[in-house]
Amino acid sequence: MTNVPDQTTRPVFRAEGVTRVYRTGAVEVHALRGVDLTLNEGQMVVLLGASGSGKSTLLNILGALDTPTEGRVYFRDRDLTRATDRQLTAFRRDHVGFVFQFYNLVPSLTARENIALVTEIARNPMTPEEALERAGLPHRMDHFPAELSGGEQQRVAIARAIAKRPEVLLCDEPTGALDSKTGVQVLEALAQVNADLGTATVLITHNADIQRIAERVIVLADGRVVRDEVNTERIAPSEVSW
Amino acid sequence: MVRALDRKLLRDLRRIWAQTLAIALVLGCGVMLLVAANATQRTLVQSKQTYYERHAFADIFAPVTRAPVSVLDALATIDGVSRVEGRIAFHAVLDIEGMVEPAVARVVSLPGDPARMLNRPLLRHGRMPDPDAADEVLVNEAFGRAHGLEPGARFDGIIGGQLRALTVAGWALSPEFIYTVGPGELLPDERRSGVLWMNERAAASAQNMDGAVNDITLTLTRDADPRAVKAALDAMLAPYGGTGAHDRTRQISHSFISGELQQLAALATYLPPIFMLVSAFLVNMVLTRLIALERTQIGLMKAVGYTTAEIAAHYLKLAGLIGVVGVVLGGIVGWWLTDGMLFIYQEFFGFPFLIRDSGAGPMALAAVLGLATAILGAARAVWASVRLKPAEAMSPPAPPRFSRGIADRAFAWLAFRQTTMMILRSIIRWPGRAAITLFGVSASVAVLVSSYFMFDALEVMTESVFTQSNRQHLTLTLAQSAPEIAVSDALTLPGVLQAEGGYGVPVRLIHGHRDRLSALQGHFPGATLHRLVDDDSRPVTLPPQGLVLPEMLARDLGASPGDMLAVELMSPPREVLDLPLIAVIAQGLGQEAHIAAPALFEAMRMAPRVTHIHLLADPAQMDALYAEVKRTPALAGLSDWAEVRRQFDATVSENLLTMVAIYTIIGVLIAVGVIYNAARIQLSERSYELASLRVLGFSRAQVGYVLVGEMMLLTMLAIPLGWVVGTWFAEGMTEALSTDTVYIPFAISRRTYAMAAVAVFLAALASVLVVRRRLDRMDLAMALKARE
Ligand SMILES: Nc1ncnc2c1ncn2[C@@H]1O[C@H](COP(=O)(O)OP(=O)(O)OP(=O)(O)O)[C@@H](O)[C@H]1O
Ligand SMILES: [Mg+2]
Repeated sequence: MTNVPDQTTRPVFRAEGVTRVYRTGAVEVHALRGVDLTLNEGQMVVLLGASGSGKSTLLNILGALDTPTEGRVYFRDRDLTRATDRQLTAFRRDHVGFVFQFYNLVPSLTARENIALVTEIARNPMTPEEALERAGLPHRMDHFPAELSGGEQQRVAIARAIAKRPEVLLCDEPTGALDSKTGVQVLEALAQVNADLGTATVLITHNADIQRIAERVIVLADGRVVRDEVNTERIAPSEVSW
Repeated sequence: MVRALDRKLLRDLRRIWAQTLAIALVLGCGVMLLVAANATQRTLVQSKQTYYERHAFADIFAPVTRAPVSVLDALATIDGVSRVEGRIAFHAVLDIEGMVEPAVARVVSLPGDPARMLNRPLLRHGRMPDPDAADEVLVNEAFGRAHGLEPGARFDGIIGGQLRALTVAGWALSPEFIYTVGPGELLPDERRSGVLWMNERAAASAQNMDGAVNDITLTLTRDADPRAVKAALDAMLAPYGGTGAHDRTRQISHSFISGELQQLAALATYLPPIFMLVSAFLVNMVLTRLIALERTQIGLMKAVGYTTAEIAAHYLKLAGLIGVVGVVLGGIVGWWLTDGMLFIYQEFFGFPFLIRDSGAGPMALAAVLGLATAILGAARAVWASVRLKPAEAMSPPAPPRFSRGIADRAFAWLAFRQTTMMILRSIIRWPGRAAITLFGVSASVAVLVSSYFMFDALEVMTESVFTQSNRQHLTLTLAQSAPEIAVSDALTLPGVLQAEGGYGVPVRLIHGHRDRLSALQGHFPGATLHRLVDDDSRPVTLPPQGLVLPEMLARDLGASPGDMLAVELMSPPREVLDLPLIAVIAQGLGQEAHIAAPALFEAMRMAPRVTHIHLLADPAQMDALYAEVKRTPALAGLSDWAEVRRQFDATVSENLLTMVAIYTIIGVLIAVGVIYNAARIQLSERSYELASLRVLGFSRAQVGYVLVGEMMLLTMLAIPLGWVVGTWFAEGMTEALSTDTVYIPFAISRRTYAMAAVAVFLAALASVLVVRRRLDRMDLAMALKARE
């Protein structure tokens, strides 16, 4: 593989000069300072960077959870920065799956119901059972989040993210709160989904070892892309440890 | 299949069921009052209306001294008159077996064809009197029942100055006498006052009225102008001793019923809005908290593609459910309460039938208002949070900024304990919630003050009527006015210790273009038994000249002290006197004009006469006195004040406890709903803080103090506020509840303020203690972990 984007696959995301400035009172924080980026179909990307470098901000902007202060973000040919709130909602509903560091499950819904929350509004969803199967957690469907371990909760969150068969999966430190063994299980689930469904996946991590499972590694520093390279020696998630 | 979001809704609801139930109960109270008062009012109005129509209740009433029957044809030609009828009506004293004191009856003549008459009686038992039997009468049902006067029973009465034996033919009801009260009486007394219907011929011969009538009633055409008809009647009847035509508003039965219905309408408009407003605030408070707790969940729902509208709908549904529960509960209890209220009203009114309102109208109104209340309460809380961008919603809200302000310096200077500081800080940092709590609890106090106030008003009225105004044992009403010597004659009656005369004459008071039918009471100097007193129970000293009017009557006439009034005497000598209005007094019961007797007789240029004799009598000789009175043809009526008082107290105390209990329950429900919810939210918000205190070694009591202390501090602040609002509210109610016949005095006792405060204080304390128990059972490890 080369540093050049694959010519046979089409880009899903294209970011051009994305800038995000947070204003709290008189203080201005430049979280992103002109990020240019293209993400292709089916790609597995790991996003690295020091704390505060803007990783979450970038992911949120790609997933239309937030809007850039300047610059453009395209999903396929659609300019997300010019979309209405309604169009952004439809975009999130139909094309993107999110996995967060703290799972963000609805505590009053069981594992199955947390997934149903998404399948009920998706266009072409799999069943909650299938999603849980794929996430490697077929047996705890009727448990409430409080009755599940962190790793199990994270796998429910992955099941919820993939149940709609999204084109992109955005994961913000999905293993951040987990120990090594459960973290590996979660990564395996993500890799499996990426392989089976061809879902482009962006994974934020602080763990440098995890970058070895990715096709491509992007490093942010102080709101800029400082490195963007293809990983030629991919390893299986089971070989990762920390 | 139940959608996942709806499942979440149901589970949320189950978790906070006590809080939502508390709100639903407050809302339900509003709905209940709205439904019950409206449905009762509509039922009574419809029943009354139908009763009036079916029994041809007259629109206009014109008493005369004596008019030839021929005048009726002339009256029928007045523009706007539909049907005219003349009759013979008078009062009679009856001697009923088993009753020591005399009864007083209103006697009304029955025309030849009773089936077509106006004010047609409805036969309930027995048969109509035989037209040829002069002694046969119908009695009103309540009177017949009270004395067991079955058809065929006989009793004596003084009819036209002669003692006559009468036979009961049957029992009847009439739209004219739904509410019956004897002359000079305050409350209906079915034993002592009744109605008799007697054949026209018998009545005419008894009253010397052959070919003549003394009471004219008529109905109007649809488009008639009542004022014009009354004016025409007065002009045409003046030669026959007309004392002024009046419409239904001056008809005792009708005006009393209208007053009651007006009070019901006031009840339906005054109280429910308070309950609805409080529930709206509570929904807002609870939802604001719930949404704050679920902030990240809202962010998540947005992230996975739920629209803002869907998320808003989710929370509004929760509010809607609270509304539905409140409306359903309130509706059911309201329906049941309607039956109860109708039962009580029926005891007073005794309509022959009730046309029960379906309640659909009031219920629909209550449902719309109830749901709107809950939804509007939720709207603000929901709107503020669903607008957040998903990324923003998922990050925790900025922590409240605690900075040292002036208040803090003051607290520090006062050297409060740290737990007290926590209470004070919390109130200052969340002023919105403190304000809602303050407002809600004071509304509770206000509702209680304005409910208990009615008993104060009643007490003032009773005190003034019985212990100040009427200190006599008996009042005799003379059939015709008599020279003053009649008073000394009365002293010769058995057991009489003291006798005092009074003079009353029906008048029309005229001021500019306004006029009112009333009575003018002449007060003899030095009277100690029957006195004119004001609302503060102070005897009024009558000025040597001129008139004294109660406030309401003066206001109706647009007259103020110094104005000249024309006083048209409606009975002989039937002249018009010009008298100055000297003073206006605050007086609730009785809307009559007063004057010193010497001034009145001087103006009338005649020797003093009396129409009433007030007596103080030896209780041991009462029976002998009654026996004598029953045989005295010159008497038209008699009031036994001890008996009136007894009756009044019985009626009042019968309902008093129930009423106080009902008012207290619905009043403190507001406080319970507010305090319970505020404390639960407080607990949820500060569980981390409070658990930390426990971990640091504070005792349960010390930690509980932070929670209980804040709520009780707010309650203590709310009580005086509630007193003020309740006072202001009671003032509004005196206006709304005062009718043409009864003016509700504005007086609130200390006991009322104290009772309202104590009831609310205890309710608040109980509510917060229930929440404190949750604090005591709090799992410290869980509370510390679950830091939001
Ligand atoms: N809502 C916000 N308001 C103000 N500043 C913010 C906000 N969110 C992020 N920032 C700032 O923007 C910068 C980038 O934040 P971001 O969360 O993207 O970093 P990150 O790379 O994800 O860090 P971490 O690895 O710690 O999660 C930081 O300096 C952060 O303080
Ligand atoms: Mg981050």
